Amino acid sequence: MTDFADIWTYLAQGPLLWLAATLAAYAIGDAAYRASGKSPLVNAVPVAVVLLALMLWITGTSYATYFEGAQFVHFLLGPATVGLALPLWEARHHVRRAILPILAALFAGSLTAMVSTLAIAHAFGVTGEVFASLAAKSTTAPVAIGIAEAVGGSPTLTAVLVILTGVTGAIVATSLLNLLGLTDWRARGFAVGVAAHGLGTARAMQVHPVAGAFAGLGMGLNAVLTALLAPVILNLFR
Amino acid sequence: MIPAILALLVCQLAGEAAARALGLTLPGPVLGMLLLMSGFALIPGLLALVRPVAQTLLANLSLLFIPAGVGIVGHLDKLGGQLIPILAAIVLSTILAIAVGALTFAAVARLTGTAE
Repeated sequence: MTDFADIWTYLAQGPLLWLAATLAAYAIGDAAYRASGKSPLVNAVPVAVVLLALMLWITGTSYATYFEGAQFVHFLLGPATVGLALPLWEARHHVRRAILPILAALFAGSLTAMVSTLAIAHAFGVTGEVFASLAAKSTTAPVAIGIAEAVGGSPTLTAVLVILTGVTGAIVATSLLNLLGLTDWRARGFAVGVAAHGLGTARAMQVHPVAGAFAGLGMGLNAVLTALLAPVILNLFR
Repeated sequence: MIPAILALLVCQLAGEAAARALGLTLPGPVLGMLLLMSGFALIPGLLALVRPVAQTLLANLSLLFIPAGVGIVGHLDKLGGQLIPILAAIVLSTILAIAVGALTFAAVARLTGTAE
C-alpha cells in the first residue's frame, strides 16, 4: 500500500487537487452564506479565501503551485465578463430611458472612488507600488490589472485590493442604501457596480434582477472610464 | 452548450486582438462584451443560444474571484505595515462611492423625470 505522504506528493504536484479545493472552499463559503439566512455579512469569497490561505499555509504550498490548479477558474473571468452582455442587453430599454442619470452617476461614482481612495492613502503616507495599485481598485479585476501595469502598480497586489473593495461593497451596500432611503433598484445596482465591480454585481444579482443588470452596466462603464482617468488622477497626487 | 461557449470565447478573442492591434487601454473582455451586444442586435437566435451558459457563469461570478483573492498570501508582508491605511482607504472610499453614485443617479432621475 502506498502511504499517505506519497499520495499527497503526487496530488500536490498536479492541478487537480487545488482546482477541487477551490470549488470545495467556495461550496463551503456558499453554504455558510445560505446558513446565515443570506446575510451580506457572510460573503462566500472571503470565507473561501481564508480557508484556502490556511490550507496553503498548513501544507506549505506556494501560491504558484496553487494557481496551476486554480487558473482554470480564474480563466473564466474573461468569458464571464463577455457574458455580462446578456443582462445589459436585457436591460436595454431601462438603459435608454435612464441615460442621463447613468452618465451622471458614472462620473460621480467613479471619480469619488478614485479620488477618495488616493486622498485617504496619501494622508496616511502610503506611497509607491501600493499607492499606484489602489487607483483602479473599483474596476473589475482583469481591467484593474491592466491599468495597474500601465501606471506602475503591482498586478497581483491590485487583484487583492480589487477583491477587498468588492467584498466591502457587497457587505455594506444593502444596509448603506437602505439607510439613504433609496428604493430605485436602478440607482442602487448601478452605484454598486461602479464602486464594487463584479463582486458588487454578484451581490446585486442575488438581491434584484434590475439591480443586477444595472450593476453589470455600472461595472462595464466604469472599466472604460477608469482606464481613461486613473493615470490622470494618479498624476494629481504625484 | 459548445456553440455558446464558442460564441463567448470568439468575442473575447476578437476583443483581445482588437485591443492589442489598436493599442487601446480597454481590456479585451470588455470589448468582447460590447461585441456580443452588437451580436445580439444583428444575429437572431444568438441571445437564446448564449443565455443558459452566460447565466450559469454570472450566477457563480463570485467563485471566479477566489484564485486571485488567495494571492493575498503573497502580499501579507507588503500589506502588513500599511494594513490600517489601506483598509481605511478601501472601506471609506467604497462607502462614499456607492452613496455618491446612488444619490446622484436618484437626483438626476428625479430632475429629468425618468424616476421609477
